[in-house]
Amino acid sequence: MDQEKGINDILPDNTTKTFVPQAEVSRLTRPAPPRYRNEIAKYIIRRSSDCKLCGKCAKVCPRGVHVIKPGYKYFAAPQSHLCIGPACQKTDHDCVALCPQKALRLVENPMMKALGDCRWTADMILATWKMAETGDPPSPEYGYQYETGDSEGGFDRIRFKFPEKPPVELNEDEIDTSLELNRRADGRPQIRIDVPWYGGGMSFGSVSNVTQLSKARAAVAFNTFTCTGEGGYMERSRPYDDHTITQIATGLFGVREETIQRVRIVEFKYAQGAKPGLGGHLLADKVTPAVARMRETVMGISLFSPFPFHSVYSIEDHKKHMDWIKHVNRRALISTKVSTPSDVDMVAVGSYSAGTHIIHLDGGYGGTGAAPDIAKKNIALPIEYAIVKVHNFLVQEGIRDKVTFMASGGLRTAHDIAKAIALGADGVIIGTAELVALGCVRCSRCESGRGCPRGIATTDAELCEMVSVEWGSQRIINLYTAWRKELVQILRRFGLRSVSELRGRTDLLMHLDYNNDLERNK
Amino acid sequence: MPEKYHIKTQAVPPRRPRIGKFGVVDWREDCARCHNCVKKDCVYDRYRQEMQYIRDLNDANVLFFDCMGCFSCVQNCTKGLLSLSINPAYERMGNSYWTPDIILITWAQAETAAIPVSGAGYRGKFSGPGFDAMWTDMSEIVRPTRDGIHGREYISTAVDIGRKPPQLRFDGIKSSTILPQLIDLPMPLIIDMMPKSYRLPKLLPIFNAVAARTGLIAIVDSRDWELLGDEREKYLPHLAFYLDPNASIPPKDILQKTLLVEISESDAVEQKIKMLKEIHPQIVVAIRVPLDSKGEERAIELAHNPAVEVIHVVADLNGNQIGVENPKFIKDMTLNIQKSLVKSGIRDEITIMAGGGIALAEHMAKQIICGADAVTVNLPMLIALECQLCKCCQPGMLCPARIDEISSGYAVGRMTNLISAWHNQLLEMMGAMGIRDARRLRGETGRALFFEDVEEETFGKLFGSRKRN
Repeated sequence: MDQEKGINDILPDNTTKTFVPQAEVSRLTRPAPPRYRNEIAKYIIRRSSDCKLCGKCAKVCPRGVHVIKPGYKYFAAPQSHLCIGPACQKTDHDCVALCPQKALRLVENPMMKALGDCRWTADMILATWKMAETGDPPSPEYGYQYETGDSEGGFDRIRFKFPEKPPVELNEDEIDTSLELNRRADGRPQIRIDVPWYGGGMSFGSVSNVTQLSKARAAVAFNTFTCTGEGGYMERSRPYDDHTITQIATGLFGVREETIQRVRIVEFKYAQGAKPGLGGHLLADKVTPAVARMRETVMGISLFSPFPFHSVYSIEDHKKHMDWIKHVNRRALISTKVSTPSDVDMVAVGSYSAGTHIIHLDGGYGGTGAAPDIAKKNIALPIEYAIVKVHNFLVQEGIRDKVTFMASGGLRTAHDIAKAIALGADGVIIGTAELVALGCVRCSRCESGRGCPRGIATTDAELCEMVSVEWGSQRIINLYTAWRKELVQILRRFGLRSVSELRGRTDLLMHLDYNNDLERNK
Repeated sequence: MPEKYHIKTQAVPPRRPRIGKFGVVDWREDCARCHNCVKKDCVYDRYRQEMQYIRDLNDANVLFFDCMGCFSCVQNCTKGLLSLSINPAYERMGNSYWTPDIILITWAQAETAAIPVSGAGYRGKFSGPGFDAMWTDMSEIVRPTRDGIHGREYISTAVDIGRKPPQLRFDGIKSSTILPQLIDLPMPLIIDMMPKSYRLPKLLPIFNAVAARTGLIAIVDSRDWELLGDEREKYLPHLAFYLDPNASIPPKDILQKTLLVEISESDAVEQKIKMLKEIHPQIVVAIRVPLDSKGEERAIELAHNPAVEVIHVVADLNGNQIGVENPKFIKDMTLNIQKSLVKSGIRDEITIMAGGGIALAEHMAKQIICGADAVTVNLPMLIALECQLCKCCQPGMLCPARIDEISSGYAVGRMTNLISAWHNQLLEMMGAMGIRDARRLRGETGRALFFEDVEEETFGKLFGSRKRN
């Protein structure tokens, strides 16, 4: 690859650095309790009328499930989400057993059936909330089955083959989770992020500016990135420019040379996994005056980004696009986001040939603010298949170490991240999990009306106030912290010193639907 | 360029109280009557609408039991008295194939004619049986522009029903081939007869009117001619008689106004086709072949008969092979027929219509990819009328959807809306696939990804042999 020569000599000043002071955000974990009064719990305690209000349950419970507020005679609603359920029966502080009146009863919360779905199970949502609250993986005592979902395929049927004992004993601080994003040696900056993931594109319009800023602050804290999506680039985001990817998508909403010059990574979005081949959708209700202003469109009119770029019909056209951006911003790395058709391997190699630094594959089961239901399940490959396909082809073409390969679309947990890397990705891009950390219940109502009733994927001024930037940032920081701990544990158990050593290690995986009877070279 | 096919639609609200997926259970005896009750803050205003419904029981059109499942009220109630659950009425609807979700999504399309759109990504199983075991493909960059329903380019969903010559012959510069009659359908969908357990006489003229309004064709048992209403002759071009072996052939002047007729599969197929052609030489004759244990074989055999123009293969209501212990699914049977005819070099000469188990727009596209020229549907039309598939269609049984009370305007509007929504979804999928013409979609398995193949190619190489199907 030819190195671009003398860039400092030929660059306009405004493309080399960010002048606005960049924000600093602490990575410190702080408790970020749920913002709703009644956190949903896996188990609930039912108190019968036999209760004599003796208060023994409140005294014995170390977790504070039973609460009598000072000055009150009766119990407040129990803090059931703190209860560890049946695991408590083995302890000496089981309130159900110790209640003198036998007035307490532990039951599985019937609401669990109404929460979540096959891909994001209720357990997975609750565990993500717990991580976002505490910054730690949830204690096994809670009994959350959160490492896999219930989709009966893909990541949910893949498991790690952990050795009984790590081949090498490593301390946690010896394990490196960082990821290099520029492998082209083309003279553009080397950018290394501290965790092998960054935040996916969510436009202003699809989510609130509070959500965007919360994601951005968490990205700063973890020295990683967030992405603007295609809805324009807020002025309020200037202090986070160094950790923001701005997106050029087919609608070119809010894309200006000034915004491109602000960032260190620019992403071309060709397609989105949730709706491959269909472009983007922002339905009329969510095109508020602020969104319309940002996108330079008309309030209350649905916005559809076309598919594909009408100026790109070949890899050569793609290269011309890239050259344009590389000229406008001489310090930027280029990411190319595509979905996962059967020829995705060819597309990936083509993108590399055109000069991309990062190949971003977005699988068919990825998130969205709005997509036709028919597209979500039925078009293009789930990411699990695409990762293997692309990784193998990049290896075969001898360019695997010259491009960074990021995967997204249905990655929900640290375990999914590790599996994606073991299948062949360098890192991953996440989206829905961040929203779940902010309190999303995946009710799928992001697309219209006032938008998200939980105040996350909305542009309604009143609903946006439900989330504060400080709380939102901390929740995502806590989630990232817990994930990093889990990832480090996975690497430690395999005796791997860095996350890059995990890449492509399919020999460390097994699939529950297969006999896992292949002879391996590794 | 021919005029773009467009179905005029208008919102047709439901007559019956809606059945939502979620319901809020409210333990009111402990309610503290807070002045700022969380129910007032419902983003969707559902509580107020519910109260309105309770006050005004005569108005069934207000939303009821239509909680959106956001948990906001449940999590904010001062005393924690609210609980969200799956609506038992929702769970009771349909069956394992025609799931409650399919019924709800069909109702929504029948009401609004809109493509179902939602946020938050896919929520279902990784893959599944039947149509869920395949994905359609798309192309990223290297293909012409297709913009689906929002775009500038014309995507044709028209298909031809009839027999086509294998090639044209020329005498000098003039074609000497006598071109057979073809029916030009604006989209690859035909309304099929209702199965016996759901056959309601009241619906017959409605199916016919819907076919006329959408430019499609409805298949009707010839013995039901008298039940087709006063305007039946007006709609004859959109009606295809099904001639039961025991039924007499309709009068000549009636038959001559139709374009398609369907006969039962029997040994006397050729004779019957000849007889019908003598009455009406331009009529296209389809042969209905039930997909039982010998169905595929018979369909392939019939396709080799030069007198046969159209074969209509029909699986059971759930798309399964009829009367066998381990049934194959319709997409696999159609694919087998398609492959066999391609191998014999006669695929383009014959038209294959396939029915049974087509419950969603995506099934239509997938079935065509698997080899059908067009699909036939029945139950979705009934579901459009708020049917819950409870099988209470017998006289004397109370129909929860009150089908006997429907007006023609309501029923035609709902079914038309559903067909329009399906058409638009077909355009979306064809747009994503980069296919400009529904005729080109037929048998285009290169634009599909089958679960078994992808698993074998990907995980088979990593994890060895597969344990389960």
